[in-house]
Amino acid sequence: MRDIKVTPIRNGTVIDHITCGQALNVLRILGVNENNIDSTVSVLMHVPSKKTQWKDVVKVEDRELDPKTVDKIALISPNATIDIIRDYNVAEKHRVVLAPRVKGLVRCGNPNCITNKREPVEPEFAVDNQSPMVLRCIYCDRIQNNITDHLI
Amino acid sequence: MNFQNMDVVSIRDFNREQIEETLELSREMLPYARGEKVTRMLEGKILGNLFFEPSTRTRLSFESAANRLGAKVIDVSQISTTSITKGETLADTIRMVEAYSDLIVLRHPHEGAARLAAHFSSKPVINAGDGAGSHPTQTLLDLFTIQQEKGSIDGMNVVILGDLKYGRTVHSLAEALTLFGAKLTFVAPEALQMPIETVKHVENMGGNITCTNCIDDVISDADVLYVTRIQRERFPDPAEYEKVAGMYRIDIDALREAKKDLIVMHPLPRIDEIAPEVDFTPHARYFQQAFNGIPVRMALLTLLLGGSL
Repeated sequence: MRDIKVTPIRNGTVIDHITCGQALNVLRILGVNENNIDSTVSVLMHVPSKKTQWKDVVKVEDRELDPKTVDKIALISPNATIDIIRDYNVAEKHRVVLAPRVKGLVRCGNPNCITNKREPVEPEFAVDNQSPMVLRCIYCDRIQNNITDHLI
Repeated sequence: MNFQNMDVVSIRDFNREQIEETLELSREMLPYARGEKVTRMLEGKILGNLFFEPSTRTRLSFESAANRLGAKVIDVSQISTTSITKGETLADTIRMVEAYSDLIVLRHPHEGAARLAAHFSSKPVINAGDGAGSHPTQTLLDLFTIQQEKGSIDGMNVVILGDLKYGRTVHSLAEALTLFGAKLTFVAPEALQMPIETVKHVENMGGNITCTNCIDDVISDADVLYVTRIQRERFPDPAEYEKVAGMYRIDIDALREAKKDLIVMHPLPRIDEIAPEVDFTPHARYFQQAFNGIPVRMALLTLLLGGSL
């Protein structure tokens, strides 16, 4: 019996080393739902990993990710890697990198924060810590506790 | 040190040297603040006072400070008289006031408003309180009061009492006092005690902290007792509020074991947390503290607008 759970993809993106349990949130970030995608999306959850014991993997055919999407993935899974596949070969391989400041990716969880009041500013956070991820709103100074629920 | 065009949004915008310089200039401002000497050093300058939330001390003291320095003040103190009621954004209001004045003082009900104002204004912005956020000039005048009354902040045992959980100005004060080497004791009912993250942060800064829920255990060692208001709305049960507020009320009896030279401070307004009988004891300093808002704000305006004595 062959041991391949998901077949290799011809063109597209493989997001590997996703923090275990975050695959469905990665799909949310990718905006994947039954109405807006024509190609195959494969999701592997709780896969053995040499480095971290367990990981999740997401493969999206016929799509290459834009930098903003990659930044969002970095927020919920700072160790993820992005492989761009072209004609079955890994054409580009990079790790997600989180800048010291993130802008326009997450809403502030403080309902009384000025960024939630129809002002012409994008929410912006300082990355105080990457593991565990700690984001601090540069406007109201509050720590953002639940990042996935506040992704823009 | 150059303060010109700096924004004062949070006490964290200052380093220790800048705080020391501000306090030093505040001392030099005292005779001018009392009206014993006269200066017109900021003549021709205009202060834009934007108060979108009720305030007595802060608004009046900024106005008084500007007047003592010869500057003029234009102000908004009622939202109902402004374009905010027409739905104008704060960003647009700030762009407009920036064109009409040399420095903006902002009190606003939403946290982060002052940082946003600083983002849109090329003129200096002073945060005069943003919602439950920062109030850096209060912290500066608190430090100034302790330094004036006790000679130094270093080594002072400062007991901070009241709502320590939600009162974020108390968190900034704790950080600033630690920067100056004070020992801190936090006294609050368990539900309103200082958040663990703030305690850890202050400890990481090298702070020496004790937490308790009983003022009687710590009053005899205190050099400064800083009282804050316990807000009724924090308690769903009014009876529970009355009980807690009663336990933390400072009266002459509560000060029985205090050092003779203990000073009692309060950012005001007070409701019931300090009995009026304490006003007439040598411990009371809260009215002096309110006055100190003038020289401290005079110093800040001078530094930000590039004046000199």
